[in-house]
Amino acid sequence: MQEDPNLYDYWPYQNRPKIVWPNGAKIAFWVAPNIEFYELNPPENPHRKPWPQAYPAVGDYSIRDYGNRVGHIRQMQLLDKYGIRGSISLSAAVCDHHPEIINLCCERDWEFFSHGIYNTRYTYGLSEEQEREMILDSVDTIEKHTGKKPAGYLAPALSHSEHTIDLFAEAGGIYTCDLFHDDQPSPVHVRSSKPFISIPYSLEMNDTIAYAVNKVEPRRYGQMIKDNFDQLYKEGAESGTVMCIPTHNYQVSCPHRLRAFEEALEYITGHADVWIATGREIADHYIKHYYDASANDIQQKMGVTT
Amino acid sequence: MSLERDFLEYSQRSRGMDHDRYDWSMLHNRRKITWPNGKKLALWVNVCLQFFPINQRGKPFKVPGGMTMPYPDLRHYSLRDYGNRVGIFRFLKAFDKYGVTPTFTMNTRLAERNSYLLDVIKERGDEIACHGMHMDALHFGGQNIGDERELIKRSLDVLRNLSGQDVTGWLSPARSESENTPDLLAEHGIKYFSDWVNDDMPYEFTTKHGCLTAMPLSNELEDKFILMDNLHSEQSYADQICDACDFLLTESEHGGGRILALNVHPWMLGQPHRIAKFEQVLDYVSSKKSVWSASASDILAEFKSRS
Repeated sequence: MQEDPNLYDYWPYQNRPKIVWPNGAKIAFWVAPNIEFYELNPPENPHRKPWPQAYPAVGDYSIRDYGNRVGHIRQMQLLDKYGIRGSISLSAAVCDHHPEIINLCCERDWEFFSHGIYNTRYTYGLSEEQEREMILDSVDTIEKHTGKKPAGYLAPALSHSEHTIDLFAEAGGIYTCDLFHDDQPSPVHVRSSKPFISIPYSLEMNDTIAYAVNKVEPRRYGQMIKDNFDQLYKEGAESGTVMCIPTHNYQVSCPHRLRAFEEALEYITGHADVWIATGREIADHYIKHYYDASANDIQQKMGVTT
Repeated sequence: MSLERDFLEYSQRSRGMDHDRYDWSMLHNRRKITWPNGKKLALWVNVCLQFFPINQRGKPFKVPGGMTMPYPDLRHYSLRDYGNRVGIFRFLKAFDKYGVTPTFTMNTRLAERNSYLLDVIKERGDEIACHGMHMDALHFGGQNIGDERELIKRSLDVLRNLSGQDVTGWLSPARSESENTPDLLAEHGIKYFSDWVNDDMPYEFTTKHGCLTAMPLSNELEDKFILMDNLHSEQSYADQICDACDFLLTESEHGGGRILALNVHPWMLGQPHRIAKFEQVLDYVSSKKSVWSASASDILAEFKSRS
């Protein structure tokens, strides 16, 4: 274990090379619905229990299944209405269990990025070889069912090892959602030395963090989203920012929570200088236009401070 | 460092669910139904009538809402009992005022101990469902099947005898089940149960003793979840239910009939500072022209006859 994950350098949020998003947009806005499969009775990982209670964890399992049975289609209809294409954080096993959901996303030209195989199979304790196998399995499964290799990664249940980012970069990925250190994309060190970046994904805007962890009231969640947007939109005039709303349709798509979410989407998409994008589109654009300038700027600022 | 091989093996990774309890099905692909008289939204108000023993054993876990202090925990015992003495009578007035048909899901031990309250419910003629023996008689993973069978049999036999009703509905205390609970419920004549929260409409559950219907009793919209677990305000409770009502009514226009299921506790919403918010909710929902208030059994019967 080491005191710093050594994935990125300190890079102050001022005087960075200016980012301008396509068509002069100030903010890149993306929505990342998590489409997940939680197993009722998975093999137990010695480092983290899948469920807080003994099998069968009826309540915790069944509310997550609600997202698949009831929730996703609600959010799809809502995102369609506001011209937003989702970037799916996908438990690859959903391709096997529920191909209808995958088809509904494909019909909408949504992006899929890897979120492991199941959200009840954690990275903890895996050898590097085992983790590589799991990541490649997810990449291959997604490619087989959607025709495209995933460009992004969010580790299953946000469970990581020291190798996670390297392994995903070696599997052909270009961005990670696992880091929460910035409101703009930024370079990430990988041992293969290829351009690889972090895209802001936001735990603070994550509906499960808001609802299940922080126990926020639905209308306050809607207000938090608007406030988050206002600030990033304002700052985006100086240099383009990224705002993400990560969602889980067993949370945000419950009947009592959709109104506040819809109001927030309506508010955001009602602004002129918003680039409604997917994770891959943001990553591609950033790597093409800003990666080198950013990497140089980081080097320079590191030099100044040392 | 590595994990056992089985951690990267996925024996259930194929089409459908990872168990054989129910079929995989997306709500929007199902046949659309309409409730009686063209109504769009069935209102199921499920009142939990509970007995929390003060000599709580807490095995294998302390029931949420139960005793937390060293014995005798008078504060929690009496605060829960408040619901059965005071809160419930505020509920009944409100139901009558707004023309709402409630369903009472009752711990059998409460029916045994409190014949006055049971008689009040019986006289009203409302449906009584079983909420297990009492709040400390839990069903849980690893429970001995013989013990659980006996617990379910006794809970149902006694409640059926005292209530004079068939008692075909079930909600487990703390919604906690063993792997055998659905089988044992079906074996003892239960037609619907409400522990699983994976749908907004009824669906068929497979058991060793035939079919059981899972009725959608939202936990996310439950008074205890919103007010006690999440510490949201009373006004927010009312807002959330009204927003859910509006959403489901809108969805029913293209998706077919829906159910607004409100699980409520008289020890929670029956408090003086909360009852007006609950009344506000009942007023709002019952004033919608497309809402049909009915018992859980009636909703299920209509659902089965129309789907």
